[in-house]
Amino acid sequence: MPGRQLIMSFPVTATSHALSEYRERGGYGALAKTLGQLKPQDVVKEVTASGLQGRGGAAFAVGRKWQVVQYDDGQPHYLIANADEGEPGTFKDRWILENNPHVLLESMLIASYALNVRNCFVYIRGEFDLPYRRLAGAVEEAYAAGLFGRNILGSGFSCDIVVYRGAGAYVAGEASGLLSSLEGKKGYPRNRPPRLTVKGLYQRPTVVNNVESLSNIAWIISNGAEAFKAVGTPKSPGTRLFSVSGHINRPGVYEVELGYPWMKFLDEDCGGVPHGRAIKCVVPGGVSSKVLTGADISNLKLSHEDLWDAGSTLGSGGMIVIAEGTCMVALLQVLMRFYHHESCGQCTPCRHGTGWLHRIVDRIVAGDGRSDDIERLYYISKFNDGTTICGLGDAAGYACSGILDKFRDEFEYCIEHKRSKFGGNLECLRSS
Amino acid sequence: MKHLVPEFEKFRERFPAGFESSLVLPCLRRIQEDRGYVANSDIEELAVFLGVPQIQIEEVLSFYTQFRRKPIGRWHLQFCHNVSCSMNGAENVLAHVEQKLGIKPGQTTPDGRYTLSTVECLGSCGTAPMMMVNDGYHENLTFTKLDELLEGLK
Repeated sequence: MPGRQLIMSFPVTATSHALSEYRERGGYGALAKTLGQLKPQDVVKEVTASGLQGRGGAAFAVGRKWQVVQYDDGQPHYLIANADEGEPGTFKDRWILENNPHVLLESMLIASYALNVRNCFVYIRGEFDLPYRRLAGAVEEAYAAGLFGRNILGSGFSCDIVVYRGAGAYVAGEASGLLSSLEGKKGYPRNRPPRLTVKGLYQRPTVVNNVESLSNIAWIISNGAEAFKAVGTPKSPGTRLFSVSGHINRPGVYEVELGYPWMKFLDEDCGGVPHGRAIKCVVPGGVSSKVLTGADISNLKLSHEDLWDAGSTLGSGGMIVIAEGTCMVALLQVLMRFYHHESCGQCTPCRHGTGWLHRIVDRIVAGDGRSDDIERLYYISKFNDGTTICGLGDAAGYACSGILDKFRDEFEYCIEHKRSKFGGNLECLRSS
Repeated sequence: MKHLVPEFEKFRERFPAGFESSLVLPCLRRIQEDRGYVANSDIEELAVFLGVPQIQIEEVLSFYTQFRRKPIGRWHLQFCHNVSCSMNGAENVLAHVEQKLGIKPGQTTPDGRYTLSTVECLGSCGTAPMMMVNDGYHENLTFTKLDELLEGLK
């Protein structure tokens, strides 16, 4: 097991998601402690002191986000758990929703108490069926037990929750796009400032946190910020849920204590690459994070600081392992098709840029690449960066330039010889 | 749509006051579940019921991939062809189904039984390749598994 576990610390069975079993594991103790002993500002202080960083991709400090909300400014405040998990390679929040939904609900209640929130929401992607049913079932259980509604546990604190289902849009996972969607509109992201914590849902102060970020709150309140900081590294406290896929013997969701050696994790916990192949590269945290080669990661630890130093990021924790023999041109083609499809069309550089990137990579794969296409891809990637409302266009550029930086020779080969160096292969083949 | 109004009233009760606009997505999801797609009359009636502009509903319908304006086959097979699925043979399983059903993505079999689509990441990367059949996920697909599954979908 890769270090200590805070969220996946129990064996999953057919009933381990139920309220009764969550209570047996000590569940809703942190809520009782909060409502009985803590003031709202104590909760915010504790979360800030824990150094918990967001688990959705940007790793922004959760406490700092919360501090922006003025407790008694006379406005309604909203809290939203972002369960629109759609970053390719990422399926960790799904694990929480299916197997430990009450840890999310308990944490949201604590956060709502801290932030003076009367109505909170979980925005869950529309395709998730079992996760939705598990979460909706947990909400019903919690209401029946008096954990939501009026005067919770006799404390005078009241809070309601709605589980809101999306309808298929990657960009609605971006916090402000999510709010547009939750307002019943197309999921267009919004310009900042104002920050969402100032003007968010229906122009009211709104905190949007990732499911996994929130799910740490109950543990932090039960055990204290100091105990949380004792897990992980000084700059990356706690654990992270990594969803591992691609060319790997044991794909799945793993909770890893931050600071754990990366190769040890892949070789021992995940069983290494099939057919004894070497690792060509790894997408560390969802396809919007820059790829790192097998050599790059050999001495790295799984922590924010190690990844930042290496020029990438832990992102959303969606780790894709890519074996030797995989065609990176074909892989980039899949990625560019994805961004092109998911661009919402609001900003010109992204609307056109993602299409250009997609079509250029298409023609390189088809054997019609031109000698200056690599420079053209770089130019568009760079042009997209920072010129759009949300990060989708930037991410398409990072994914593209990240692969070009590391595997330029494959693109040059493909343009020159009009065929892929690796036969356009994406699967992990047996050694011949 | 009208027969669904009592259900929509229940949706409304769960939201704070003034959140009518937020009901667009849940109501459209329910309409589509009921009819199989969203008709023009649904848009007009929902706009009146919620007090939102019709254009907002039309924008929503065209923006999100899960909404449909036309009927489709009884069984909607949606294959993920994003990175992890492609790396685990998504193209092969898709080709197998295309050949078996004689249709391409975006098409419906003449008997109205199957509609085939390709979609982007459905958050099932560790159990690739995968597809959705209507609302359910089917993971770790193989040719044998697909053959058995398709037989069962009448």
